[in-house]
Amino acid sequence: MARTMWDSSVGKKTVMAVSGVIMLLYLVAHVIGNLKIFFGPEEFNHYGHWLRTVGEPFMHYEWTLWLVRIVLLVAVVAHAVSAYQLSRRDIKARPSKYVHKKPRASYATRTMRWGGIILGLFIVWHVLDLTTGHVHPGGFQEGHPYENVVDTFSTWYGNVIYIVAMLAVGLHVRHGFWSAAQTLGVGSRTRDRALKTIANVLALLLTAGFIAVPVGVMTGVVS
Amino acid sequence: MKLTLRVWRQKNADADGTMSTYEVDGISPDMSFLEMLDTLNEELILKGEDPVAFDHDCREGICGACSLVINGDAHGPERTTTCQLHMRSFRDGDTIDIEPWRAAAFPVIKDLVVDRSAFDRIIQAGGYITAPTGSAPEAHATPVPKPDADLAFEHAECIGCGACVAACPNGAAMLFTSAKVNHLNVLPQGAPERETRVLDMVAQMDEEGFGGCTLAGECATACPKGIPLMSITSMNKEWLRATRKVKR
Repeated sequence: MARTMWDSSVGKKTVMAVSGVIMLLYLVAHVIGNLKIFFGPEEFNHYGHWLRTVGEPFMHYEWTLWLVRIVLLVAVVAHAVSAYQLSRRDIKARPSKYVHKKPRASYATRTMRWGGIILGLFIVWHVLDLTTGHVHPGGFQEGHPYENVVDTFSTWYGNVIYIVAMLAVGLHVRHGFWSAAQTLGVGSRTRDRALKTIANVLALLLTAGFIAVPVGVMTGVVS
Repeated sequence: MKLTLRVWRQKNADADGTMSTYEVDGISPDMSFLEMLDTLNEELILKGEDPVAFDHDCREGICGACSLVINGDAHGPERTTTCQLHMRSFRDGDTIDIEPWRAAAFPVIKDLVVDRSAFDRIIQAGGYITAPTGSAPEAHATPVPKPDADLAFEHAECIGCGACVAACPNGAAMLFTSAKVNHLNVLPQGAPERETRVLDMVAQMDEEGFGGCTLAGECATACPKGIPLMSITSMNKEWLRATRKVKR
């Protein structure tokens, strides 16, 4: 069954849909966590610490966090590899373009591939900036996410990279969520409007929720 | 009507093609698009030039032989087949671009004619039922619920013209394949091959070098028979169900 899945274009799209949904669920949790920054450094830093102690005493310190990280890494890799292979196939299937060109499909649909690449690069920067601190502007303080976030969004490029990436997330989710539903066969004529609405609302809330943090730092609400 | 046509001309499958410009005059708005091309070809033949090759057969919108991407739209600006498109959809003095279906799985044979035999092989892979031969069975022997019959009929409308492939940015044959799969899979007559049909037809579709679905929706917009985009969703559901049920 795994072989049939991976070898078929329909199966590979299923891999994309499932890994996409996993990442989307994570994003929802992530944005809720982020918004705690508006309640001050104590609450936000405590939340950051709690993420490492989830599941104790059943789980050891940071075990749950690492479990989530591994699942996410597998999801990102599966999503990217299948996207790459499917895109290669799609491009090969349409070698010559039409002379008479017309604007096709919605903006969100047309930007899935580039948007995905932008998001992939963003994740690398984001982890190096706020998780490991390798490219962090100013002194990275382990266990003080509030201060680290303020550092990042006090630089112009930190804001630009982050806001562009979050707009890309919105567009990606807008087409991706609805598409995943079709790929997994849960879409139907009666459910279509609801699925499209959920996709739009999710995209809007995620983008707005994430962008609220750099805007908060820029306007001095978070400092 | 006087029109300027820019037509894709290509000697054979191996030759390089190019867009050639022709002027046609005395076109009636009541002519079909193919009759307009017939007019052009008559002039070309009189001038001793090679007429433009294009596919056509029934000319009443039911056979699926005609094709043509007209001004970037498969089957042109109206939601019908090229043979049922009339020149009243254009204006006097218009310039019209005419190109063949574009897909790796549909190689150009000559000018506007492409090889669509990949569709035949998809049908051969599973687009049939194990029909008992002999005299026709009693019509009421196999009851079919009305909603199922309607759904099957909606998908059976597919004439296999390939407009979905031509319109798809990925040259995918998902709408064609899903129309055929759903047509037979909802009916009791199609039940014995329900799982193998979808698995084999999708495998053949991949084998032919068609692209995958990115749900851009262009296929359903171009389809002259109005096969809905949800048809692909239903096929995905059938495919996932079949992979769970069939051990290979």
